[in-house]
Amino acid sequence: MAATPRNQAITAAEAVRRSLEGAGRTDWRSIGFQAVLVLLLVLTLGVLAWLLVVVFVNGTPVLLERGTDFLTSPLASQPERAGVGQAISGSLMLMAFVAIISFPLGIGAAVYLEEYAPDTRFTRLVNTVVRNLAGVPSIVYGLLGLAVFVVALGDVVGPGPASGRSLMAGGLTMAILVLPIVIITSAEALRAVPGAIREAAFGVGATRWEVVRSHVLPYAAPGIFTGTILSMARAFGETAPLILVGAVIGGFNVRYDSILEQLQGRYTALPTTVYDWARKPAAFEGNVYAAIVVLIVVLLLVNALAIFLRNRFERRW
Amino acid sequence: MVTVTPTIDEQVRDKGPTIRLVTTGHHLDESEGIAPAAVADGAPMTFAEDEVVFRLESVSCFYGSFRAVRDVSLEVPRNKITALIGPSGSGKSTLLRSFNRMNDLIETARLDGRILYHGVDIYADGVDPVEVRRRIGMVFQKPNPFPKSIYDNVAFGPRVAGFKGNMDELVERSLTRAALWDEVKDKLRAPGTTLSGGQQQRLCIARAIAVEPDVILMDEPASALDPLATLRIEELMHELKENYTILIVTHNMQQAARASDFTAFLSMGEDRAGYLVEMAPTDRLFTSPQHRLTEDYITGRFG
Amino acid sequence: MTALSSPPPTRLSVADLRGSSARRRRETTVRLAFLAAASLSILISVLIILSLVGEAWNFVSQVDPALLVERGWFPRRDLYGIPAIMAGTFLVAGIGMLVATPLGLGAAIWLSEYASPRARRAIKPVLEVLAGIPSVVLGYFALQVISPTVVDTACPGATDPFNMAAAGIGVGILITPLVASVAEDAMYAVPRSLREASYGLGARKRTTSLRIVFPAAISGIVAALILGLSRGIGETMVVSIAAGATGGSLFSIDPCAPGQTMTAAMTALATGSDQVRGASLAFPSLFFVGLLLFVFTLVLNLVADRFVRRFRVRY
Repeated sequence: MAATPRNQAITAAEAVRRSLEGAGRTDWRSIGFQAVLVLLLVLTLGVLAWLLVVVFVNGTPVLLERGTDFLTSPLASQPERAGVGQAISGSLMLMAFVAIISFPLGIGAAVYLEEYAPDTRFTRLVNTVVRNLAGVPSIVYGLLGLAVFVVALGDVVGPGPASGRSLMAGGLTMAILVLPIVIITSAEALRAVPGAIREAAFGVGATRWEVVRSHVLPYAAPGIFTGTILSMARAFGETAPLILVGAVIGGFNVRYDSILEQLQGRYTALPTTVYDWARKPAAFEGNVYAAIVVLIVVLLLVNALAIFLRNRFERRW
Repeated sequence: MVTVTPTIDEQVRDKGPTIRLVTTGHHLDESEGIAPAAVADGAPMTFAEDEVVFRLESVSCFYGSFRAVRDVSLEVPRNKITALIGPSGSGKSTLLRSFNRMNDLIETARLDGRILYHGVDIYADGVDPVEVRRRIGMVFQKPNPFPKSIYDNVAFGPRVAGFKGNMDELVERSLTRAALWDEVKDKLRAPGTTLSGGQQQRLCIARAIAVEPDVILMDEPASALDPLATLRIEELMHELKENYTILIVTHNMQQAARASDFTAFLSMGEDRAGYLVEMAPTDRLFTSPQHRLTEDYITGRFG
Repeated sequence: MTALSSPPPTRLSVADLRGSSARRRRETTVRLAFLAAASLSILISVLIILSLVGEAWNFVSQVDPALLVERGWFPRRDLYGIPAIMAGTFLVAGIGMLVATPLGLGAAIWLSEYASPRARRAIKPVLEVLAGIPSVVLGYFALQVISPTVVDTACPGATDPFNMAAAGIGVGILITPLVASVAEDAMYAVPRSLREASYGLGARKRTTSLRIVFPAAISGIVAALILGLSRGIGETMVVSIAAGATGGSLFSIDPCAPGQTMTAAMTALATGSDQVRGASLAFPSLFFVGLLLFVFTLVLNLVADRFVRRFRVRY
């Protein structure tokens, strides 16, 4: 470090001039550091790009070749005849379960925690529990579903040949899996509502529920909506819990006469079908990629929908 | 000109329209070695060649297309305290931050004109802003010690600059010069954030001093502090000017009147850009300002 | 209330301010309903713990302890060598962290300190897309693309298309967005004034990022890594597809060989045959492994939570 003599201004000026103008050395360490960072980022994004390229390059030809046949055919042992029809309908029904069960419960729990709950030990406990539940590996939820719905409640949920491994069991399991996430995202959306809005509503003599229903929920609705859609997208791609509660791996060909029968019968889903086919011989490769394409396209559409809806609703406020 | 040194209590009490009677506590005369050129009406204030640390030539500061500071030309003398005062929006902070190229951190910031530091244009090609900042230190409005120990706060700058000497000695010297050593010498390993507001600000001053700059820029250094801590900072500035040139922005006129040797008054023009109205030795600016605008400001008629 | 329609009373009594009882009843009902919903989460946790512990106890009480430390996990042959699958889990999670730590932290530092607002707006959504890729897809990619690449470059002579390294790398890619996002939040939250103070002292961006911002955000960064590790331990599909060894595995930490993690062992048990319930202690062993997994991830998540709380509070 250059010592700058303080009281001889002339030599100080000289020293300054020299050091300021001579500082033209290139700073290799900074350039190198930034280069490393960019490289790491490129690597990360590059892998994503590579994955998408591989999937679409291998999957699209199969889809184009077989068209809607692929989307509607049931599982089969020959790849040329096997399709994702059952898988898609299974996944859709599972999502319906998730929506019907976990959305009201999750949003209700979030409303309680954010709007009603006093700061007691119980409330803090619930908050901690929810946060930890969200971090539990999904396969553990599969175990829960196996123990409770398949084994214990097997006769109710899936009587007969299904022996508990029914679509209902799968749906309930997925609903429980998604519940903590719905609670957390809804709670965040509620927390984002400015306190001033609540105060104003209370100020004119509204009850808590009236405040929540007429002011807080509408304001938080876009956020809650986005959160629920995204959590559904997450559930759509989950595989492990479904495997444990007995989604079909292999193939089945049953005709259902009623919705109830379908709910209580065997089923499969899109991600489990991908898993199943992935373990089959190479002849199924094209099918796997095609199924993955369908899966990814659905997910991208759902995400895009969530973002679009959020923007649309947000503009009104 | 009355030369009275008011007690601290009197200084704190005196405010408002009676500003003309408040003195700076010392007065300026030729015996101090500075011979300001006689200020003709409207002519900028100049100093002797070897007394000038900064010379600004028609400096304008832009954020994108918005001009925040317009055509400022002035000189800053060494080993004195120069204050920049003016109402909000007059570009004082922007101007101050251009002295050590802190505005470079804002993407859209741009500077026209020249800032000569010891004769060197610090915005010229080839000048490294990092070097500039090692020589021109800065203390900010809100104390911002690092979440490290007191020792490490002071040692950070020298370490980064590659200092190889006795760090303990440098830390002690810096803390002593910042009038903080006695209060912290037994707890150098404690986090800097455990100090009081006033102490934190002195820590930030010590931190700035540790890299041995010759200029210290202060952006409203006492505005976040209580009156007593403020006065300690002002006393400190007085001690520091022996070894450093100090340039301070303040919105507190009384502070400028109390603590500075020279004052520059900036105001906001109709184009919303700040410009230099006048600059003079402090007691002359406050007792007989050249411009109506200045007089209005210091008597509290606006701003 | 009739407050709006009648003139103000000359004398007020408590009865006047009581309000409508119908309204009160509705409030209470609504409140209870929401409370019930919130309590459900506690119920679920209790159920998880009960169901896991119940069957796990079933297993532990009946199994011959000697079988537990056997060098191999072959549940259908009544060999329950837990260390084998635990080694698999930690091997895969370890490789995953080796991948995710530089990638995730690098992306986080760049996004937080170097990226322009426009770049940030462009890159962050892309990372979220990466985060949204289902693990089955990544698992198949690991099998089809990563594994051959690994075999070609690092594991010559491997005969199997399955290996732990490919699974580990796949897991690493999976958890990178999580690490990046939590770490970036932590660094972005460091106040601007600290960076300014550092620049004011003549430090460069590299020094400021590494010696001021990074240490200031360290609790959040540690939390990010722990969360990533926890996720890597609980990851199932990537290893089920890419690591092979569905019948069982020996204790091994060879990344070039196939292997099994705790999670893959669980799926193998569930898909191997339809008679999971019947086969000896295989069914309860599933829950025992699940319980271990639950405890590991719970502990890690609680620790990470502590760290996150510390970094949130400071600012």
